[in-house]
Amino acid sequence: MGNRKKIWVQDLWVNFADSSAQDGGGDKGSVIPVLENVNLQIKEGEFVCLVGPSGCGKSTLLNVISGFLKATQGQVLIDGNPVTGPDPRRVFIFQENGVFPWLTVEDNIGFGLLKKPVKERRELVAYYIEMVGLKGFGKAYPRQLSGGMKQRVEIARALAASPDVLYMDEPFGALDFLTRLRMRSELIEIWQREKKTVIFVTHDVDESVQLAERVVVMSQRPATIASIIEVRQPYPRHPDTPAYLDLRDQVFEAMGINPFKRTYSREAVSRV
Amino acid sequence: MRHRHQPFTYPLIVGLIFVATWHVGVSLSGSAIFPTPVQVVKALGELIQRGDLFKYVVASLFRVAVGFSLAVVIGVPLGLLVGWMVPAFHALNPAIQVLRPISPIAWIPVSILWFGVNDLAPIFLIFLASLFPIMTSAMAAVQSINLTHLRAAQNFGVRGFGLFQQVIFPASLPQIITGVRLALGVAWLVVVAAEMIAVNSGLGFLIIDARNAGMRYDLVVAGMVLIGLIGLVLDLMVRRLERMEDVRWGFNR
Repeated sequence: MGNRKKIWVQDLWVNFADSSAQDGGGDKGSVIPVLENVNLQIKEGEFVCLVGPSGCGKSTLLNVISGFLKATQGQVLIDGNPVTGPDPRRVFIFQENGVFPWLTVEDNIGFGLLKKPVKERRELVAYYIEMVGLKGFGKAYPRQLSGGMKQRVEIARALAASPDVLYMDEPFGALDFLTRLRMRSELIEIWQREKKTVIFVTHDVDESVQLAERVVVMSQRPATIASIIEVRQPYPRHPDTPAYLDLRDQVFEAMGINPFKRTYSREAVSRV
Repeated sequence: MRHRHQPFTYPLIVGLIFVATWHVGVSLSGSAIFPTPVQVVKALGELIQRGDLFKYVVASLFRVAVGFSLAVVIGVPLGLLVGWMVPAFHALNPAIQVLRPISPIAWIPVSILWFGVNDLAPIFLIFLASLFPIMTSAMAAVQSINLTHLRAAQNFGVRGFGLFQQVIFPASLPQIITGVRLALGVAWLVVVAAEMIAVNSGLGFLIIDARNAGMRYDLVVAGMVLIGLIGLVLDLMVRRLERMEDVRWGFNR
């Protein structure tokens, strides 16, 4: 993990045009502010989570960083260069429907490798199929796979293209609880081995504390960064230690919520 | 409960009941013109003996094949393009929506005027009838394409024509095949109508000629039976396409 500023979000403002506006267009059209004054720096190889209430704009932020959306104001620099659009060096992993249903698992994973010679492509595909635990399913189609398996295909496809950065937009949100737990630990293993920079969007506070080195908490819409919480805990993280629970409480507090209706202070808890 | 035999025995039973009702109905009504099932089968035999059965079936199939293939070759790319390029959609869609409801039958006088009484007229009518369902389904497919698929491909640097080839076309294929299936059904309907007026061969011609040349309703019904059976076979052929791996994903039930 380097100390280089890999991703630098500068003074980002994002407005959406209000489609229900009375006037047809021009300056009379009303706008919906979604993101306000977002500044964020992410180091190379870091694992960062964006957390916030539903609809707060965290996915919008990720879409702007990854180049799928244009900011109204401000810019995103990656390795010092402004982001102008999506780039194969930074791969986005979607929550659902990211995998192409008309291609086999092999062809999906090899999608980013079409410029490589056939033999090399085949070897890379086989390597990543095995890495995500889908050995033997190479010729299967996504419709024959479970949700967790489809997400593995997407992760393998992303990794096979050897990107520097992975953008993950609630990738485990559509999976069942146990599969989610398993995918989280597998993701950490892969991240530790491949050393990619990861920005992971989730609304699940537990997930963010289990995965991230830093948790970026976003406020309600128009969202800005409410607070950044450092989680310097070794992996794998056990969700029952006082340190873990304390960090989780910090995230809740930064979000301005108290879901377990605690009446005693945080310091009292950590002393127990 | 075993379901293995049901796809065959149930329709068979329904078919037998239908034929029996037909026979009893004709016998009871004492009609001298409307044929019994047995008379229809004999008429089919007569057609085979005359050599006309094969000739007429081939003639009708040929016209459908040509008109329908033209509609696919032109309609699929055009539909995809119009669906994808918003200005093209705004320019052409009103014209398409105006032409679409005009029944191909209404085009018969115009087609005879333009092409005369030969194969070209029914082929034109079949082309016209098939074009709209195919174009409409291609347009709809492109417009309802999952944004995530497009974004994922763009992420890997796929752009322009490559995007069309690698994502838009395969993603649209299931809906296009549904449009093709619809269009083939319409084409087969239209060929019969077109042949009744515009030409001197084919199954449509057989029906109208059998009536005009001597009230041979056994031939008329025989022709209808043939039309129905061939229509079924054509439909089954298209449905096999739906099971191809590249499109099967779009037909989950």
